This record gives sequence, C-alpha cells and structure tokens, in this order.
Amino acid sequence: MSKSIGNQKFETRREKDLLTHMVSTSLKYKLWIAFLLLVIIIGMYGYYRQIRYGLVVTAMRDYTSWGIYISNFVFFVAISLVGSLFSSILKLNKNEWSKPLTRVSEIIAVAAIICAAVIIIVDMGRPDRFFYVLKYLRIQSPIIWDVIIISTYLVISLLLLYISILPDIAICRDRLTEIPKWKKWLYKITAINWTNQPKQVAMLKKASTILAIAVLPVAFAIHTVTSWLFATTWRPGWDSTNLGPYFVSGAFMAGAAVIIIAMYIIRNQLNLKAYITESHFDKMGKLLVLLSLVYLYFNINEYLGPAFKMVGVEGEHITELFVGNYAPMYWFVQLGGLIFPIILLMFTAFRKPLPIFVISVFVILGAWFKRFLIVIPSLQHPYLPIQGVDESYLHYNPTWEEWTITFASFAWLLLIITVLIKLFPVIPVQKKEPLSKTTVEPKKK
Amino acid sequence: MDNKESNTPSRRKFLKNISSGSALAVSGLALYSLSSCKESSEEKTTLLTTDGKLVQVPNSEIEAMEHLHKGATPEEARKGIPGKKFVMVVDLAKCKNAKKCIESCDTHHNLTPDRPYIKVLEMKDNDKSAPYWMPKKCFQCDNPPCVKVCPVGATYKRSDGIVLIDNERCIGCRFCMAACPYSARIFNWGAPPEGKLDVPYSPETSLPSKIGTVAKCDFCPEMLRQGKLPHCVPACPNGVIYFGDEIDDTVTNGEETVRLSTLLKDKAGYRYMEELGTKPRVYYLPPVNRLFPFEKESQENVES
Repeated sequence: MSKSIGNQKFETRREKDLLTHMVSTSLKYKLWIAFLLLVIIIGMYGYYRQIRYGLVVTAMRDYTSWGIYISNFVFFVAISLVGSLFSSILKLNKNEWSKPLTRVSEIIAVAAIICAAVIIIVDMGRPDRFFYVLKYLRIQSPIIWDVIIISTYLVISLLLLYISILPDIAICRDRLTEIPKWKKWLYKITAINWTNQPKQVAMLKKASTILAIAVLPVAFAIHTVTSWLFATTWRPGWDSTNLGPYFVSGAFMAGAAVIIIAMYIIRNQLNLKAYITESHFDKMGKLLVLLSLVYLYFNINEYLGPAFKMVGVEGEHITELFVGNYAPMYWFVQLGGLIFPIILLMFTAFRKPLPIFVISVFVILGAWFKRFLIVIPSLQHPYLPIQGVDESYLHYNPTWEEWTITFASFAWLLLIITVLIKLFPVIPVQKKEPLSKTTVEPKKK
Repeated sequence: MDNKESNTPSRRKFLKNISSGSALAVSGLALYSLSSCKESSEEKTTLLTTDGKLVQVPNSEIEAMEHLHKGATPEEARKGIPGKKFVMVVDLAKCKNAKKCIESCDTHHNLTPDRPYIKVLEMKDNDKSAPYWMPKKCFQCDNPPCVKVCPVGATYKRSDGIVLIDNERCIGCRFCMAACPYSARIFNWGAPPEGKLDVPYSPETSLPSKIGTVAKCDFCPEMLRQGKLPHCVPACPNGVIYFGDEIDDTVTNGEETVRLSTLLKDKAGYRYMEELGTKPRVYYLPPVNRLFPFEKESQENVES
C-alpha cells in the first residue's frame, strides 16, 4: 500500500492513517465548518439583540431569574470533567485500552470549559462590567470560587492537552511537507524544539504524571463548586448536602457519553476503524454503565428524602417534577437518559458502535434537560407565593434569542473540537497501540 | 415626645449632610435667585451643573424646578446613618389590601405596576385558618443571604441595618435573587421606564434605575436622612406600617408613636421564617382582632 498522498510522504502506515485528514481537506469538512459558522452568526445576532435591549429579550423574569444559559453552563462544566476521567483516572489505573481516547477527551474538556466561560458571560446583565469580578473581588462569594477553580482547570487542561500533543507536533513539523506556510510555522513554534531526546521524554513523562494527579482534585472541585452555586441557597431542590457528589457523578456519566459520540463520529469520518475498535465501544459501554449506576445512586439520594417527607415548598417542587408540569421532561430524563441506557448497555449487542452511539445521544439529551430541571423548577417554587406580578412571570419558555445563543454555544464547542482535530493528530502518532487484526494487517516497518 | 426626640438628631444630621449633592442644587438655586433681579434677556447666569461644570445660561431660559432630594453618592451610601438601627413593624390586623403603599413606592422609585418593590400577598397558612393580607418588602436581614453571595460587593449591609445595592457596581449575575428566600429582589431586565432619568445616581434612591442590574425595597434612606419616614409608611390609610429606630426603641406609623419593645410584646410580634436564621429587620403583628374583614374585592381595591 502506498504511503503517500499526492506529494506528501509518510514513514509508516500509522502516520499515514493518523495524519491524512490534516493534509487533505474534504468538501464535507468545509460544509460542516460553514454550517457551524452560520449557527454561530445567527446566535451572535440573538446576542446583539440581548446587548442592545437587555435581558428583557429572554424569557427570564423576576422569579425564574436563571434560565437555559445557567443550565447550559452547568452542562458544559459537566462535559469538561471527561478530560480528567481519561487523562487522570484511567491513566493512573494503568488502562492501556483508553490511551487512544485520551486526547479527544482532553480536546473536549478544553472546548467545553471555554464554552462554559463564554455562556456565563452571556448570562450577565452587565457583561461590560466583567472585570469588576477582579476589581471588586469578594472571596466569600461562591461565584468567585467558581471563577478561580474554572480558570485553574482551564490552565491544567490546556497543559495536559499540550503535553500529550507535543511529540506529535514535532512529527507534524518534520513530516508534513505539503501544508501551507502558516501551518508549518505553527508546528515549528508550538513544537518548542522537541527532538525526542531521552532527557526530553523523561521530563515530559514526569510533567504528565504530575498533571494527571493534580487535575483530579481540581476536576472534582470544579463541579462541586458549581453545585454550591445552588446548594448555598434555600431553594427547594438546591438546599441539599447531596448536591456536590450528585453533580460530579452526573458529569462523569455525561462525559463518557460525549466520548462515545465523539469516538463514533471521528472513527467514521477519519477512517480510524483500526484505531478506535469495537472493543473500545464495548469497554466504554461498560464504563458508562458503571458511571450511570453511581449517578443513579445519587439520584435516589437526591429525590427520596424530600419525596418521603414532602415538606412545604420542597414537596411542591417534587410534585411538580413527578406528576406536574415538568413530569414529561423529568421522566424522559430519568428513564430515557438513565434507567434504559443502564439496562440496554448491560447486553453486548447494544455495546456495538451504532446502538451505543444512539444510546449515548439519549444520555446527553437527558443530561442537558436534567440541568434544565435542576435550575428552572426550583426558582418557580419560592417560600412566598408568586402574586401581584405580570402573568408572564409565572412561566418560563425560552425565547428564540435564548435558543439561538444556546445553539451557537454548541456550534462554538463543536467548532473548537473540529479545528483542534484538524490541526493536531487526534490519536497519538508516536505511541504503539496494537492494531485491530480484523480490519488491518499488522505491518512491519 | 418620643417622636420629637428621635427626629431632632436626624434633622441635624440632614443639615450636616447637606454637603455634596444638595449643596450643588442649593448654590444653583441661590445663583438663580440673585440673577433673576436683572430683567434683561441678554444677561446670562453662571451655574454649576451636577457634574461639576460651570455653564452660562441666558436668564430667559432658566426655569425653576422642583427640588430633587438626592441620596448620598455610592461611596457615602455604604456607610449608613450613624447611631441608627432602622426597623419596621407590619400590623397584619390592619391591612385590607388598599395597595396605597405599593402606589406611593412605585411613584417615588419610578417602577411600573407589573414589577413593584412591595407586594401585598394573599396568605392562608392552612385549610382551616383565615386568609389575611401580608404586605412584603425587603426584610433588610441582619444575616443577609444576598450580601453573602454577591461576588463584587455590589449589595451591602450598612451600619444602620439597611441593605442597599450599588447599581453602578452590580454585574447582573442574579445570584442574590436566587439566594433571597423572600423573593424581595427584582431585576431591570430592559431599559428603565420614562421619568426621573436625569437625577444623579444614588444607591439611596435607586434612581435612575440601571439596565441589567438588581433592585429592591431600600427603606428610602434619602427620606431618612431628612428625618422623614419611608414613602410607604404615611401612604398607608390604615396605619399598617410602623417604622422607627431599634436603638430609640420607638416606631411610628405617622399617626401614633409607640415603643417597639412594648408593641412586639403586647401583640406577639414575630419575624417571617425565623428558622432560616436570616434575622430580618421587619416584624409582623399577627392578624388577630382585625380592623377589616378579609375581602378580595373591597371597594377601594376595585377603584384603584
């Protein structure tokens, strides 16, 4: 088999497989980027209207004072935890199989945490005063804790991604000849003279171990602190000591589902069936069941106590979720996004690429709407009755501005992921994972 | 007599505080009265604007205007009125939902009727107990959840017990609204309504309201600085709301002045949801021996 595309020569089959998509750009890729940009532009128009007229263009009002921006923020923070799952938990447990998935998890973590920061600025009534957060910083406020921990996590995630990618950047610098000048320049600068010397490799290994350990408490903290934004208030459904682990376990479940979706798409679009194998889907399926069971446990803890006691507004809130206006969404989330996936993924047949992809899409939809259910219904059950205000204050149906901005934030997430995958090898080129025998014969150099 | 005693120091304070904001207006008025002796339309008068510029205006164009009672500047407003601990007592036995407190509050704070600072809630504690009206303002808690969560210190607790918002610092995160268990806070979702836009901003008047920031009942500190009562107190036709100073142990509803401790003791005063530990500065007197029967559609309500 040829080891070249056009004038571009590769040294090994592995290099060719993993670097091809970086040299040749397909029409499909261009259309995808154009689509994402279109969604972002529509969202920017929605945001322009919000800047111009104020948050009045949203459906948020004095009682439902947080809406889908905040639930989306919690969702993005949750997704970002997946980086630590792979680059820390699975790595420190010496799992070999998860190595090809580590980089995509780190890319998703970085993209999600950037989107979380962006969406929280969108939610601000006065984004022009963003830097007041530094100027008038009050360390007592949980928002400040969140700002500190999110920026810390962003830095560590960027470092983790960069350190794992560094040897591959050097390969790109050395091998890729048929690329535009700016890309050559980019690889040369970012490779910071990496030459694969034993001393460099030892340093890199040490740094990556330190980061793998350091990222774990930060990752737990980032979502625990986010849960405290709610748990430090008296609202029904938020006033709970269970909220930290409940959020963290839910985040790991959503993160694993996101990885499965990403695996499926990358594998098919970049022709990486030899590197992301059916065995990966099988193992991810088992991991997803484990994480979902942990989340189920905290779900039972979260709802059983209040539902048993049915105290005042807590009881109203539970009733609203179980049998009230939010019941269809609640049961879709709990059954379609949690119970059914657990049951189905216990069977090998459902851990094949396509079925597990579809199940993961349901888990992610459930995860997004779960955050909606965490944020919005709680605000609609204050201690004192909602009276003497405009009728529209009693409900919350997001406006088109809110939806376009939310969709733009997803497009922004996908754009960052797509561009990073386009610029850098998504699976480490240097490491030697065994190739699947069924699709490709092992090749000797 | 109690009333007089409590009024004197605050009047003196008012004269002392006449410094910055009000001095500008007073000097402007003084210049105006001096120059108005001259009749020639070519004559100009030098005036000091509120932002500190000297301008010359033809006398023919000068118009007298209503004196604007300005609150303190954002920095001064943080300090509070020395030697005071303001407190409010709401007598639920007297309230018949006349809504006059809401009207006067809306007028003075330039609020639209769909989102007032004050709400009169129809309460019914359980199936058997009788319904009653509960006027609700900001409780100005001594352990305020809203102040605890603010990331920039835009909302703060003053030495006189009042919780205020600096709308020039508020970043609009709405964490305080989520944290307040009494739903006392409202948000300026859109551009402020017409009127009272040209006054210099003060957290003590919450005027002019600023888009993208939080607002709430503020006990009208600019009135207190003048030794006057908050707008809602004299507006109430039934004397429901008593206002005063905890240190003086005196509260008044504009008609009668009573000892705070005696009132709370005799009428079994309580604070709403004491168990939250927020330590409100607003007390309620239970709705017993009522002045009015509970009517949802009393004549006065239909009129207004």
